[in-house]
Amino acid sequence: MSATSIDHSPSHAAGEHGHHDNYLVAKKGISSWIWTVDHKRLGIMYLAAVILFFIVGGLAAVAVRTELMNPTKDFMDANAYNRMFTLHGAVMVFLVIIPSIPASLGNFVLPLMLGAKDVAFPKLNLASFWIYVLGAAFFIATLVMGGVDTGWTFYTPYSIKTGSSATTALLGAFILGFSSIFTGINFLVTIHKMRAPGLTWDRLPLFVWAIYATALMQVLATPVLAITLGLLVLERTVHIGIFDPVYGGDPVLFQHFFWFYSHPAVYIMIVPGFGMISELITVHSRKGIFGYKPIAVSSVAIAFIGFLVWGHHLFVSSQSALAGAIFSFLTFAVAVPTAIKVFSWIATLYRGSIEYNTPMVYALAFLFCFSIGGLTGLFLGTLSVDVHLTDTYFVIAHFHYVMMGGTVIAFIGGVHHWWHKFTGKNYNEKIGVIAAIIVFIGFNVTFFTQFIFGSQGMPRRYWSYLEQYHTGHMISTYGSYILAVGLFLALFNLLASLRNKGVAPERWRGVSLEWETATPPIEHNFESIPIVTAGPYDFPEVRAARTGNGH
Amino acid sequence: MKTPLLADGSAATFWLPEAASTFAADHDYLYYLIFWISTFFFIVMMGAMAYFMVKYRRRKQGETTSDIHGNTKLEIAWSVLPTLILGVFFVLGFRGFIDTLTPPANTLNINVTAQQWAWSFTYPNGGNDSILVVPVGKPVKLTMSSVDVLHSFFVPAFRAKRDVVPGRYTVLWFQSDKLGEYDVLCTEYCGTSHSLMMSKVKVVSQEEYDAHLKGLTGCQDGQSLAECGGVAFKRNGCNSCHSVDGSKLVGPSLKGVYGTEQPITGGPAVIADEQYIRESVMNPMAKIVAGYPAAMPAYAGRINEEQMGALVEYIRSIK
Repeated sequence: MSATSIDHSPSHAAGEHGHHDNYLVAKKGISSWIWTVDHKRLGIMYLAAVILFFIVGGLAAVAVRTELMNPTKDFMDANAYNRMFTLHGAVMVFLVIIPSIPASLGNFVLPLMLGAKDVAFPKLNLASFWIYVLGAAFFIATLVMGGVDTGWTFYTPYSIKTGSSATTALLGAFILGFSSIFTGINFLVTIHKMRAPGLTWDRLPLFVWAIYATALMQVLATPVLAITLGLLVLERTVHIGIFDPVYGGDPVLFQHFFWFYSHPAVYIMIVPGFGMISELITVHSRKGIFGYKPIAVSSVAIAFIGFLVWGHHLFVSSQSALAGAIFSFLTFAVAVPTAIKVFSWIATLYRGSIEYNTPMVYALAFLFCFSIGGLTGLFLGTLSVDVHLTDTYFVIAHFHYVMMGGTVIAFIGGVHHWWHKFTGKNYNEKIGVIAAIIVFIGFNVTFFTQFIFGSQGMPRRYWSYLEQYHTGHMISTYGSYILAVGLFLALFNLLASLRNKGVAPERWRGVSLEWETATPPIEHNFESIPIVTAGPYDFPEVRAARTGNGH
Repeated sequence: MKTPLLADGSAATFWLPEAASTFAADHDYLYYLIFWISTFFFIVMMGAMAYFMVKYRRRKQGETTSDIHGNTKLEIAWSVLPTLILGVFFVLGFRGFIDTLTPPANTLNINVTAQQWAWSFTYPNGGNDSILVVPVGKPVKLTMSSVDVLHSFFVPAFRAKRDVVPGRYTVLWFQSDKLGEYDVLCTEYCGTSHSLMMSKVKVVSQEEYDAHLKGLTGCQDGQSLAECGGVAFKRNGCNSCHSVDGSKLVGPSLKGVYGTEQPITGGPAVIADEQYIRESVMNPMAKIVAGYPAAMPAYAGRINEEQMGALVEYIRSIK
C-alpha cells in the first residue's frame, strides 16, 4: 500500500471476518438509522433522498418537455405548466444539485479521505440531514397546496403578488439554507482539524479541495439567501416596502440580493463536480493529476471571484452600464481558472492507462458537456451578445450543460465510482456503460437543440410558442425521453446489484485513504489511525515509471 | 463602424434569426466570432481527448503509466492565451453594448406600457395601439414602464431587449432600415399568460406611419361606432384576457354579457349595463366578477371618452 503504513487489503478487512462490523450492520433497527451520527449512514440517507428528489424533478422536466412538444396546449394549461417548471427548477436546485455531491458523496467519503473517524461535529451533521428533510417537507406541502408559479428565482414583484403558495416554498428554501450552512461548517472544521498524520494540504485528494472551496461558499453566501427570502416573506405578509414598488420598494434590488447568493450557488453546485472529475480521471487512467496546485488553487480562486459576478444576470435589467461592464469583466476573469482545469484534466489522460468503465465514461462525458457549457458562457458574458441571448433557451441550454452535463454527470459517475465502497456490491459494468452512453446521447439531443432555437429568439418559461420554434422543441422533447431512459437504466443497474450476495472484490485500486479501509467500511472507519507517506494519486503504475522498473 | 459579417437586413441563418436593425450586424459579427473561436478550441480540446482515449486505452492491467505533474511552459501558455482572447470579447461586447444604450439626439419617441399580458404603445399624438408601427430608417426611442410586474421587451430581429420595471422608466432604442413585420416577445416571466404576451413591430414608410398615426386617436370616417370600438378593443390589448366567442381566458368572455346579471366577489350581483362596463374598464377593482382573479389594470386616464363610448357600443354588439 502506497499511501499508508498499515496494510489493509479491502477483502481481508471485510466486516464478517474482522472483529468490527461494517457500518451497515454494526447497529440494527430503524431508529439506529434515524438517530445515527455516522457520517457514512448520513451520506447514504442523503444519497437516497437526493435520488428520490431527482426522480421527482426529472419527471417534472419530462412533463414540461412533453407540454412543449407542440406550439399550443398539449396536456397542461398555462397555470399548471408554470407550476411544473417552478417545481422542476426549485427541486433540482435546492433538493438535488446543491446537496448531491457534497452532502451525499462528500459526507460518506470526506472523513475516509482524511483518515478521520467521523466529521468534526457528528450531531450537527445529523441535524443538517433532518433540517434538509424539514425543508423538503415544506416543498412537498406547496404541492399539496396547489404549487408555486414564480419560477425558482422568485423575482419580485410577481412573487409578492401571486396567490400561489410562494410563502411556504420560500420558508422551505430558507430552512434548506441552514442545512447547507451546517454541512459547510462541519466540513471546513473537519478538513482543518482532522487530517491523518502526514496528510498535508498538498497531499489532499482534489475532491477534498473542491469540498473545501464549496464549504467556504456555503458558509459565506447562504446567509444572504436566508436574509433575502426572509425579506420577501415579510414583503408578502406585512408589506415592508423593500421590493414592492407599490410601497416604495425596488424590485431590481431583489435580483441583486438573490444573485449575490445564487451566483456563488452556481459554484456551490459545480465545484464539487470538479473535485469528482479529478478523482475519476486519475484513478481510471492510473495517472497523477496534471497540475495539482493550479487545480486545487483554482477551486478556491473560483470560489472567491464567484462572489463578484452576480451582476451578469442583470445586464438588461436596468442596471447601470458601468456596473454591466465591471460584471462582464469579472465574469471573463472567472472563466480563465475554469478553462485551466479542463485543459489539465485532458492533459492528465496523456500517457495514462485508460479503462473504459462506467465512472470513466461519465468523466469523459463530463469533459465534453462541460466544455460546451463553459464555451457558451463566453457568449453570455459578452455584453452586447447577452442582450440578444439572455432569457432565451440559449441560457437554459448553457446552464443545463453546466449543471446537468457537469455536476449531475459527475455525481452519477461518483456514485458508480464509490458504489462498491458504499455497499460492497459491484453493479453490471456493461449495462452501466450502455446507460452512460444513452444518458450522453439523450442529454445532447435535448439541450444542444436549445442553443439553436434559443439563438433564434425562443424565450424561456413559455407555455406556448411561435410556429418557427416547433421543430427544435420537438427534437428536444424526444431527447429528454432518451435521457430519461438512460437515467432509469443506470438506477436499476445500481439497485439490482444490491441483490448480490456477499462482498464483491474491489476493482479500482485507488490509493487515497478511502480505499485503504474495509469495504464496506467499519463503523469507525479505520482499525488504527493511518499514516500518510505519499500523494493521493501515487499509483503503483506511476511509481513504476518513476523508479524505472516498470519494463 | 466595424466590418459586418452579414449586411444589415440579411436573412435568417442556421443560428440567428432575420436581422433587421442597425446594430444587428454588429451583434451577429461578434456572435459568429465567438462561435468560430469556441468551435476551434472545442475541436482542439476534444481532438486531444479523443486521441489520448484511443492511444492510451488500457491494454493490460498494471501497465506502467507516467510520472508527470505538470509543464510550466504549457500551463503559462494555456493561461495567457485564453486571457487575451477573452479580453477581446470583453472589449468588443462592451463597445456594442454602449451603442445599444446610447440613442442619437433626433429620435422618434414612443412610450411603451407593459401590463399582464399585453403591450401598449403610445405615440407622440397621444394615440394608443397594441402593435408598434415605426417609420423605416429613423431612430426610435422607447420609454418603457410597467403597471404591474417585471416584463421584458424583446425583438429578436433587432437583437434588442430591455427589462420593463414597475416604478421606473427603462429605455431602448433601435433603427430599422428594412420594411417588414417582426415579433415582439416578453422575455421576463410575468405570470399565467406570459407566453401570450406578444406583439408585432411593423416597419413602414414615412407616409404609412403618418396615416397610421392619424387613425389612432378617434373613429375613422365610414366606420360604425361598434367597428371603431372593436379596433380600440384590440389596440388596448383587451383581447389578450377577454374572448368574444365565449371561451374562458384570464377574464370573463364578453360574448352576450351586456344586460345580464353578473355575480360579484364579496358583493351583490350587478347588471352589466353601460355604467358597469365603463366602471370595469376605468376602475376594474371596484367590482370583480366572481370566479375570476383581480388582475386587470385600470384604464382611467389611458383612454378617452370617445374610445370608451365606442368600446361600450362594441361590447353591446357581441351577442
